[in-house]
Amino acid sequence: MSVVTVQLGQCGNQIGQEMFSTIHDDSVGAGQKMYKECSEERFFRVNAAGALVARAVLVDMEPKVISRAIAKASKSGHWTYGDKAHFCQKQGSGNNWANGYCVHGPRHRDAVEDLVRREAERCDRLAGIFAIMSVAGGTGSGVGTYVTQCLRDMYPQSFILNHLTWPYATGEVIVQNYNSVLTLSRLYHLSDALVVHENDTVHKICSQLMNIKNISISDINRVIAHQLGSILQPAVTTDSAPHYCRNALGDLLSSLVCHPEYKLLSLCSIPQMSQTSLAYSAYTWPGLLKHLRQMLIANARMEEGIDWKVCVPLSGEESTANRQMCFNRSLSNLLILRGKDASSADTGGFKDASLYVPWLPPGGTFNTWNSPVPFNGYEKSATLVSNSQSLLKPLDNIVRKAWNMFASRAYIHQYTKFGISEENFLDSFAMLEQIISSYTHL
Amino acid sequence: MTQSVVVQVGQCGNQVGCRFWDLALREHAHVNKKGIYDEALGSFFRNVDPRCEEGSGTPRIAGLRARAVLVDMEEGVLNEVRQGPLRQLFSTTQLISDVSGSGNNWAVGHHTYGSMYREQIVDQIRRAAEHCDCLQTFFLIHSMGGGTGSGLGTCVLKLLEEEFPEVCRLVTAVYPSSEDDVITSPYNSVLAMRELTEHAHCVFPIENQSLVDIVSQIQHMAHTGKPSAVIKKDCTIISGQGGMSKTQKPFDSMNNIVANLLLNITSSARFEGSLNMDLNEIAMNLVPFPRLHYLVSSLTPLYTLADVNVPTRRLDQMFTDAFSKEFQLMKADPRHSLYLSCALMLRGNVQVSDLRRNIERLRPTLSFVPWNAEGWKVSLCSVPPVGHTHSLLALANNTCVASAFTKLRDRFIKLYRKKAHLHHYMCVEGMETADFSEALHSLSALIDEYSQLHTHTHTHQAPRLNIAT
Repeated sequence: MSVVTVQLGQCGNQIGQEMFSTIHDDSVGAGQKMYKECSEERFFRVNAAGALVARAVLVDMEPKVISRAIAKASKSGHWTYGDKAHFCQKQGSGNNWANGYCVHGPRHRDAVEDLVRREAERCDRLAGIFAIMSVAGGTGSGVGTYVTQCLRDMYPQSFILNHLTWPYATGEVIVQNYNSVLTLSRLYHLSDALVVHENDTVHKICSQLMNIKNISISDINRVIAHQLGSILQPAVTTDSAPHYCRNALGDLLSSLVCHPEYKLLSLCSIPQMSQTSLAYSAYTWPGLLKHLRQMLIANARMEEGIDWKVCVPLSGEESTANRQMCFNRSLSNLLILRGKDASSADTGGFKDASLYVPWLPPGGTFNTWNSPVPFNGYEKSATLVSNSQSLLKPLDNIVRKAWNMFASRAYIHQYTKFGISEENFLDSFAMLEQIISSYTHL
Repeated sequence: MTQSVVVQVGQCGNQVGCRFWDLALREHAHVNKKGIYDEALGSFFRNVDPRCEEGSGTPRIAGLRARAVLVDMEEGVLNEVRQGPLRQLFSTTQLISDVSGSGNNWAVGHHTYGSMYREQIVDQIRRAAEHCDCLQTFFLIHSMGGGTGSGLGTCVLKLLEEEFPEVCRLVTAVYPSSEDDVITSPYNSVLAMRELTEHAHCVFPIENQSLVDIVSQIQHMAHTGKPSAVIKKDCTIISGQGGMSKTQKPFDSMNNIVANLLLNITSSARFEGSLNMDLNEIAMNLVPFPRLHYLVSSLTPLYTLADVNVPTRRLDQMFTDAFSKEFQLMKADPRHSLYLSCALMLRGNVQVSDLRRNIERLRPTLSFVPWNAEGWKVSLCSVPPVGHTHSLLALANNTCVASAFTKLRDRFIKLYRKKAHLHHYMCVEGMETADFSEALHSLSALIDEYSQLHTHTHTHQAPRLNIAT
């Protein structure tokens, strides 16, 4: 089964390009036929000339980023984007969500829908749609939300997974919190799940784990692409064994999103390091999983600087003390192990019922996928996709900052100009406060 | 890609404008070595090569026309353009001039010439707009002190709003020094400011005195003779060498600074980068309330010269400089006033980690309004200015403009109290006494709006929405 990827806006197109390149290099580098075939069926098609073409649609409101992504792909010599698989305009959305959602989106609806439909029709079986975008700017967030809405109408039965990049807390775009609030509140109804990367945490991974001195946007995007690849590449699930699971998106969602009120997924991977240190490291599964478990409960996105004092509350104990200890409660977790002996690693530490909310049956909260093929040059690696409280704090910060700005009505005139009223803002705020409250009370 | 049209009005506007065209040509010649008419070049120039048929690919450039309309009510400056090295950039119809000038009288420029030349100006602007396939921005350049620039310039601004309401209007306005030799300059400036406040999307105010000080400081450094302080021959900031014009005129170095401001504002829209910033993002990010759209700008490095490999200390110095008083293109001190928002537009070899580090370093030393405590907009453009490896343009929406405007208002009131020179204005058809009091009121209201932001600095956080659980 195949996934159609929709790359939206500057961020979406940069990350998408990086993701396809990671996936391709990994599936070729692994030198394992079944793995390669499964991965290629999922993300690429073969054109008349016999070359690999990404199952992707590129959308942006200005041309520079898309031309760059297309050029980079062709330069790789291994795969390309489809000849007519992109849509761009001349003028960007100007960081204005309302401009993207109310003006650009509707104006170009037919063209974008057409591109996605054509790509979907080229799949023997469509596993779902993967939309990549940021929440801060105008095109990714505004047009992205609108396009997701159209896709939901077009494919009411298909899985739609959105990957969202959350901006640096200390500002990239001044109205980023407004744009984020408007995006998240709408996507929450439309999408099946939202996979989130925060630029701040990825930046830290680049500096502390990858040892990159001058971190560029492409360094950030490469880390994101690595993590996305590690969940989207072929893996064996409990039901699919001994074959690779064919429906990656469907299995991901059914393992993680058991309730429509809880759709925020975070990722953490271990180990992550620079290419040079990779050759000199050796890891054992118990060591990796011990760290990963502590990263989960202490809500750390890196294995460095984990707070080992945070522990799982004993059942029945009142959780106030632990709340102060920042125990991160989960709704569900999916652990993906790749590399030597992955299928025999002991994952018992993640099955502990006290990690999870009491109202879910113990069997439904935790799943493991594995693959014997080492991923992206790592002999052993583990990625945890988690539906937990870990995004609560950054979400709360976004809403708080946007609300403070809204209280002074700053910048609102830029949105009303395109038809987003103060009431629309209030609805979005209420919606997100509801989600914050739900996750807080897990 | 989008296009911009430049409308330059009056002596100052045209002199700055011509420096801009010269430097823009040089920048594109530097980046675009093959001499191909590409999209970046197309943002300010159109190709008029007679061999170039529509859709016949991209031939080497043979003829370029600036997307510009040049307006002056005297002949001097425009005659120089007609005979100067840039003459081929403009067709004669793009130049609109009269012979008698506005006599440093805003009313003459605004009303007399405004109605006399209205149709001709609109016609030329519309023609320039028709040559664009996606017109995004008008850049209007004029001074505030004289008659033509301030009067007719602001009249053109209104025309643009009427005729092209969708297109962004960015104004570069050069303010007179306090010891300006034009006695009526406070009148002209205040009358013009009312129009800028009401009709522009963004204004980049530039004070003549700042330009004078920066140029003299650069020259001082160049003559101290330290090896590290030798100014490179092709440093864009002050020299015009390498461009079309070889000889330097007295105001060239000052005008070059303004021309560079325009180049850097538009660089991220013209060239690629890892974090793009389109021109329509300027107002979106920096203007929280429609009237408060005066952005103080600073350019760095001005004096320091780029090394081949970027040592971190020098790079960080560039960020520090961008916030210091000496580098502002207005006589104002943003560091000791309140920021509403701030954009950092970087070019060249600068990474996002340099940006984060410096924002974190500088943030504690600056005060922001509480509802926009992280009010940064950043962009990274990969093409550096000619002769540099990196550069930074900071645009700040900062309450320090209010103090500069207050000084201007004081000078206005000094004249106005005695009704000095008022009769020169009143005898112009279309001018009314109320225009003066309304302009003064508009300026006072603007100053108040900025100062009120100070009083709300300590408001606590707004209580959040409650959700029934």
